[in-house]
Amino acid sequence: MSAEKTIDRLPAVPKPGRWIMPGLGLIQGLVISGKNAIQSYYKKDRMTTIQYPEQRAVISPNFRNFPFLCYDDDAATGLRCTACSICENECPPQCIYIVLDRDENGKSLKRPKVFDIDISVCMNCGICAEVCPFDSIYMDGEYEMSTDDRFGGLMLGLDRLAKSAEYHMKLRPEEASAVMAKRKAEEEKKAAAAAAKAAKAKADLEAKAKAAAEAKAAEEAQAATEEKGESA
Amino acid sequence: MISDSSMPYSAPTLEPGEDDDQLLRVSLGPQHPSTHGVFRMNVVLDGETVVSLKSVFGYLHRNHEKLAENMTYLSSMPYTDRLDYICPLTNNWALAHAVEKLAGIEVPERAEFIRVITAELTRLINHTAFMGFILGDMGAWGSALMYAFREREKILDLFEDLTGARMMSNFMRYGGCRNDLPAGWADRCSIVVNDYGPFLDELEKFLVGNEILLARTQDVGQLPQKTLINGGITGPMLRAAGVNYDIRKVEPYGIYDRFDFRIPLGAKGDCYDRIMIRFLEMRESLKILRQALDQLPAGDYIHPKAKIRNFKPPVGEAYARIEGPKGELGFHLISDGTVNPFRYRIRPPSFINLTLLEDMCLGLDLADVVIILGSVDIVLGEVDR
Amino acid sequence: MIFATVPFPSFTLESLPQLPKLLVEWLLMLVGAPDWLVSIGGTAAMAGTVVGVFLSAFALLSLVERKTLARIQNRLGPNRAGWFGILQPVADGIKMLTKEDIVPTKAEWLLHLAAPILIVVPSILALGVMPLGREWVPVNMELGLLFFFSVGALTELSVFMAGWASGSKFPMLGAMRAISQMVSYELPLIISALGVIMVTGSLRLSDIVVHQGDFYFGFIPKWNLFTPWGFAAGLIFYIASIAEANRCPFDLPEGESEIVAGHMTEYSGFKYALFFMGEYLGLFAIAGLGVTLFLGGWQAPLPFLGWVPTWIWFFAKLAVIIMSYLWIRGTFPRVRIDQLMRFAWLCLIPMALLTIPAAALWVFTGKGIVSWVVTVPLLLIPWVILTILFNKRLAPATRTYTFADS
Repeated sequence: MSAEKTIDRLPAVPKPGRWIMPGLGLIQGLVISGKNAIQSYYKKDRMTTIQYPEQRAVISPNFRNFPFLCYDDDAATGLRCTACSICENECPPQCIYIVLDRDENGKSLKRPKVFDIDISVCMNCGICAEVCPFDSIYMDGEYEMSTDDRFGGLMLGLDRLAKSAEYHMKLRPEEASAVMAKRKAEEEKKAAAAAAKAAKAKADLEAKAKAAAEAKAAEEAQAATEEKGESA
Repeated sequence: MISDSSMPYSAPTLEPGEDDDQLLRVSLGPQHPSTHGVFRMNVVLDGETVVSLKSVFGYLHRNHEKLAENMTYLSSMPYTDRLDYICPLTNNWALAHAVEKLAGIEVPERAEFIRVITAELTRLINHTAFMGFILGDMGAWGSALMYAFREREKILDLFEDLTGARMMSNFMRYGGCRNDLPAGWADRCSIVVNDYGPFLDELEKFLVGNEILLARTQDVGQLPQKTLINGGITGPMLRAAGVNYDIRKVEPYGIYDRFDFRIPLGAKGDCYDRIMIRFLEMRESLKILRQALDQLPAGDYIHPKAKIRNFKPPVGEAYARIEGPKGELGFHLISDGTVNPFRYRIRPPSFINLTLLEDMCLGLDLADVVIILGSVDIVLGEVDR
Repeated sequence: MIFATVPFPSFTLESLPQLPKLLVEWLLMLVGAPDWLVSIGGTAAMAGTVVGVFLSAFALLSLVERKTLARIQNRLGPNRAGWFGILQPVADGIKMLTKEDIVPTKAEWLLHLAAPILIVVPSILALGVMPLGREWVPVNMELGLLFFFSVGALTELSVFMAGWASGSKFPMLGAMRAISQMVSYELPLIISALGVIMVTGSLRLSDIVVHQGDFYFGFIPKWNLFTPWGFAAGLIFYIASIAEANRCPFDLPEGESEIVAGHMTEYSGFKYALFFMGEYLGLFAIAGLGVTLFLGGWQAPLPFLGWVPTWIWFFAKLAVIIMSYLWIRGTFPRVRIDQLMRFAWLCLIPMALLTIPAAALWVFTGKGIVSWVVTVPLLLIPWVILTILFNKRLAPATRTYTFADS
């Protein structure tokens, strides 16, 4: 320990050596509690209680509770989720259960057949939303989730998890618009890529056709010359 | 139990199963109003004097360390919120600090500032709530607790806006923080910080001059410095006894070496000093907060190359510690190069500070046991893990 | 015809609380009941009035206490049952009645059952001798004060009964604390009341109130509190009454952070409610006695307020005293048992003993200026000595804190 400076006692405490009347500190406490009691009638920062069902606190848009799945246009077909199971693997309490949807040939349809979240297990950490590469899962701000059905009511399936992109937009406009912009850009990129691909394919096709035509022409020419030669 | 020749009281102890007409064996807890959770003390009383006290813990054991060894580094982050649930953000930081040390990740400057701000706010929360809890242990009818929670709520609102949750923040990431400060957050934080000083003045007036509180806490539960150091006690409990040991100064982590703050030290180390040291520490925290909010730079809140998915630190071992509100909070990690840590071990301040409980309580009243337990400032989530 | 023979007695606002008694007596006389029956009926009606009034006051207080404490703590308190939570006591009562009554297997069931009943009885008996208004003295007993203290001491018995019969450790500890506390604090309580008896020359509580009836200079009431010895005795009585009523900061017998709920730990349901009731009735009794002895009982505080019915003054003063108890409860932590004892034996009892010679001198010197000159130093000098001692020895040491430089 190096050199120390002695400080005065704090303002609330009598200085050492000063004569105090016993009970002064008690009276000081009474004054403060009395002040609190009286000011709680007219001072807002003293009485912070909110009468919950009638009044509601302003909840930050960043507040997260349970996850939801985002879909674009239609709940059945527009789900962004591709059932990649990244969230299922990353979920710390393992409360997500996903089954991939397959067609009759066993080929992946890239969408979930079953997507269950057991919210009695979920600990609202938001890691699923963080790791999702498809902008599909987000944290909801809804908090009035209590139910009298212990098992069914707390197991959210696709029907209760799927929420529209507009809902997300309303919940967290900033995040959602950023995501929408990103998706739009990606889509445009994809579309452009597809267009380019299509153009390329077309060009290829044309080139092929041209080549074929040329080949044919050449063939024909050759045939003609052969014919000529034959005739000659 | 660390034996010490200066033990104030020694009386015949009661072996388990033995019966004695003079001594009364009482089980304080696990269902008891003031054990701060599910904690049990097997107390043997001579009248109301404590003759022996054996702590029993593990009622809240959640297997955190073993669970963490079987999940990714990221997945164990939300579990650290639940260790010491009064101050989740410092727990987050301790784990992030350890992983960053293990993997050698740089943290951007803005992220470091955000971390300091949240950690100091957490210290305020913890120490303020402590004032309420210990007054509750003393039998004051919750007034101090309600005043403390009224102000704590303002900081929790800030946390809700920043991290998305009031208590279970899950905020720090390896290489920074999960998200940036929301718009206007720093200004709101400055308002809260500026309003905190007057509140502390009021709370201090309410408590520290009170003769009953003085009589109840002074000369209760002090231990010699040597015993405390040998017992591995850290945090305000150690500093109240006058030992200058604060990891923010001893082994500065983050950017604590840039701020101007002081370490308050007590003289005796009794329960009263523990209360006062926390008051002084809160004022120093406010000082750090003001500086950090003033100097908050722009920039990245997370290292641009930080990996969220498939994070694999190199093979190695790291122990990193921070000065949590309750004491030295350390994480010891061994990586085998996979996505899961090979070994994951926490050094919880609550648990280690609790080990000297018997030494502090012997020879005192049953009523003092409750206050001493309160002054250690434990959270059972961290003790039992 | 018969109505004419027994005219209904006239009554004013002052004698409004007597109405049930008068009504019962009148009815009994109407049907031609013998005199002894009329007198028994009248007494029963009177007792019923007192019990009814104080039980409703208990219900009201249980709500007011929660509301006041809530306000001190910046909360709202119960406000859901009825208008401003006015039906909360009813809801509490229903809850208590419908809860399971648990008797531990190790308990002595008869004593366990008897204790909560016995705790209510002495409090009601003690309230019976209280002059609640000029014309409202349920039992105007000649040895009223003595009766009050002797009946009040019965509470300890039932508390110990509860602690012992529960067959559990926390109740036992609580009961032991309760006994030592109540016995210690009964001494300053009684000693501080002795001065009043000496000045009044009577143990009859209504005489004590009448004695405080006049005004100094026409506006300062001649209550015992406004005399030097009365002020000291009143203060001691007030502190001791908090301890006697087991209120914070002296609520050690039920110190919930240490011994769960003390002697009430093993009680549930309506038996617990009875303890609660007994405690509150005891609170009314002890605060009412304080009002009677030192605050002029039902006397109006100012001469021109004499037209207000006197029982309103009694209850108003009672409310003030009880609100101060609530205020203290919302502020102070609890003391430890050894500090409690030391405070009683080293501070309260010596100071209380001093009030006796002070009161004697007060009477001897004719209650004038001379008496002030004589009694004030008599009380003040020991107080100063006590304060210096407190500062030197008992007062907790002052502390200095340092900041490490590193």
